[in-house]
Amino acid sequence: MTENAGWLARAGAFFNEGGPWGGKGNGGGGSGGGSGGGSGGGGPPRNPWNLPPGGKPRGPRGNSAVDELSRRLRDQFGGNFPSGNSGPLIRYGILVVVLLWILFSSFHRIGPQQEGVITRFGKYAGKLQPGIGMTLPTPIDSVQKIDVQEIKTINIPDGSGENLILTGDQNIVDLAYSIRWGVRFSEFFLFQMAMPEETIKEVAESAMREVMGTVTLADAFGPRRSEIEQQVALRMQQLLDDYKSGVRIRGVAIKQADPPAVVNDAFKSVTAAQQAKQGNINNANTYAQQILARAQGDAAAFDKVYEQYRLSPEVTRRRMYYETMEAVLSNTDKTIVEPNGVMPYLPLGQGRGRATVEEPAK
Amino acid sequence: MISATNPIKLLIAAIVLLILLASTVSVVPETRQGIVLRLGKADRIINGYNAKEAFGATGAGLVARIPFIENIVWIDKRILDVDMEPQQVLSTDQLRLNVDAYARYRIVDPLRMYTTARSVENVSDALRPILGSALRNELGKRTFATLLSPERGQVMDNVQTSLAKIARQYGAEIIDVRIKRADLPDGTPLESVYERMRTARTQEALTIEADGLRQAQIIRAEADAKAAQTYAGAFGKDPQFYDFYRAMQSYRQTFTTKTNGSTNVILSPNNEYLRQFRGGK
Repeated sequence: MTENAGWLARAGAFFNEGGPWGGKGNGGGGSGGGSGGGSGGGGPPRNPWNLPPGGKPRGPRGNSAVDELSRRLRDQFGGNFPSGNSGPLIRYGILVVVLLWILFSSFHRIGPQQEGVITRFGKYAGKLQPGIGMTLPTPIDSVQKIDVQEIKTINIPDGSGENLILTGDQNIVDLAYSIRWGVRFSEFFLFQMAMPEETIKEVAESAMREVMGTVTLADAFGPRRSEIEQQVALRMQQLLDDYKSGVRIRGVAIKQADPPAVVNDAFKSVTAAQQAKQGNINNANTYAQQILARAQGDAAAFDKVYEQYRLSPEVTRRRMYYETMEAVLSNTDKTIVEPNGVMPYLPLGQGRGRATVEEPAK
Repeated sequence: MISATNPIKLLIAAIVLLILLASTVSVVPETRQGIVLRLGKADRIINGYNAKEAFGATGAGLVARIPFIENIVWIDKRILDVDMEPQQVLSTDQLRLNVDAYARYRIVDPLRMYTTARSVENVSDALRPILGSALRNELGKRTFATLLSPERGQVMDNVQTSLAKIARQYGAEIIDVRIKRADLPDGTPLESVYERMRTARTQEALTIEADGLRQAQIIRAEADAKAAQTYAGAFGKDPQFYDFYRAMQSYRQTFTTKTNGSTNVILSPNNEYLRQFRGGK
């Protein structure tokens, strides 16, 4: 940073030196256009701010532009104007462009979520923290801004389709998951891996399959999912740290773990069986409740009656007998038959009812 | 007095200077290492890989060379990968597997790499079939189940060792070899696993259903038993009265409900009910 400050001071000195710029007006603008690049051609004086920075005068086109410029200057100021004076004008122009160039390429705005990695002639030379950072101007230093806060997501499988993975019990599960990752050390991220994203994806696949090789199919579907996610994240971090990749794994999420489509019906039949089982048990419980309630009701009714019966057994018994007979016989067709000497004729077909024949007692 | 051609001369001088500068000084980024060839003969290595060097302390930066006599061959310094074509591997228990693996490597000896393979692509091309055969050899000694077990790590270590031996000849260091995928090939092997999964599920379904029926039966039987116990507890106090009580209930139920049409009753005058009808006894 002290080095940078020195440069700034020097830049300031250049500015002081470039004082005449303001007074030159028309001439200064014209020379800026001429020296800035071969693109100027014969057009009117151009604003130096619009010039493509760093464009070097090159080839015959550049030369002709300079020729054109000096010729026009001579025309403008008449024959008295000494042609050598175009030299300082061009020099001032170049100076201004260089100063602007230094100014613009030395300051870098680093966003709050970013880090700027400085390379000086290709060599890593530290990092810029959020805010306005200062470096040497561009051909010397260059800054690559890396978003270190952003969380990127990789989905596996990419898009739809099955991603079949063998589990530890040699079954196959169709797994979809996503990896969230970010940059931890931006310089490692930039310089260490040829293909960081591709590497992360491959590491994820490898780690996921490794972990899935240790669990059963049932585990993958349910109870140990979060444990699997954690293990995969841990394993990935370990591998990526081995590569010194500067990548931080923020998390692994299993989005979906299903049986492969071709065996899905069989898995559904298990669910159906579970439902059927629950249904059967529910029915049995209903039956049990009914029958118990009825038993309790019957028993309670008997108890009540029995209590009364015990108090006066004979009367109660008779009363119940008559009441019952009354209820029964009042609703039926009754025939009283004297068994001795009379042959009863029973119109059984008529009534379609059942007959109860009381056998004669004697 | 300077002549009007002065700026042009200056320009030409600047261009010549730039060309000279560009052919003398090179920018070496952190991601590359280079071999300086003097008239085609390797002279020195710039920014060679050294595991102990941190970024910023490496040989990256500006380097000078003799213009037109020396030129630089650039070689990637980063971690590179060999991505293998999926291989069919036969395990000892005669199961076929489609294995997809990758290896990560880095050029640690650029000069050797340059003399043996010329370019990084050639190194990858050379390592690819070797990775495949090393994998086949190693996995061919194991059972299918090993591939899914933690022992897999051991297998990969062995593959890495044998691959590293070859890689060293190319000036490369193997950082890691890993199985990306190990799948059953389409067709019979995959179908048979599916069939096994299907039958296992069917078995599970039937077991669950049977278990449901068993539990339901037990629940019913227990309820019946409990009901019987309740009945016995109440009725057992006076079996004779119960007989009478239940008979009365039964008569009511049987004769008064209208579901089966009308009922004819033929009574003998001797019937108990008609005792008083006959004028008592």
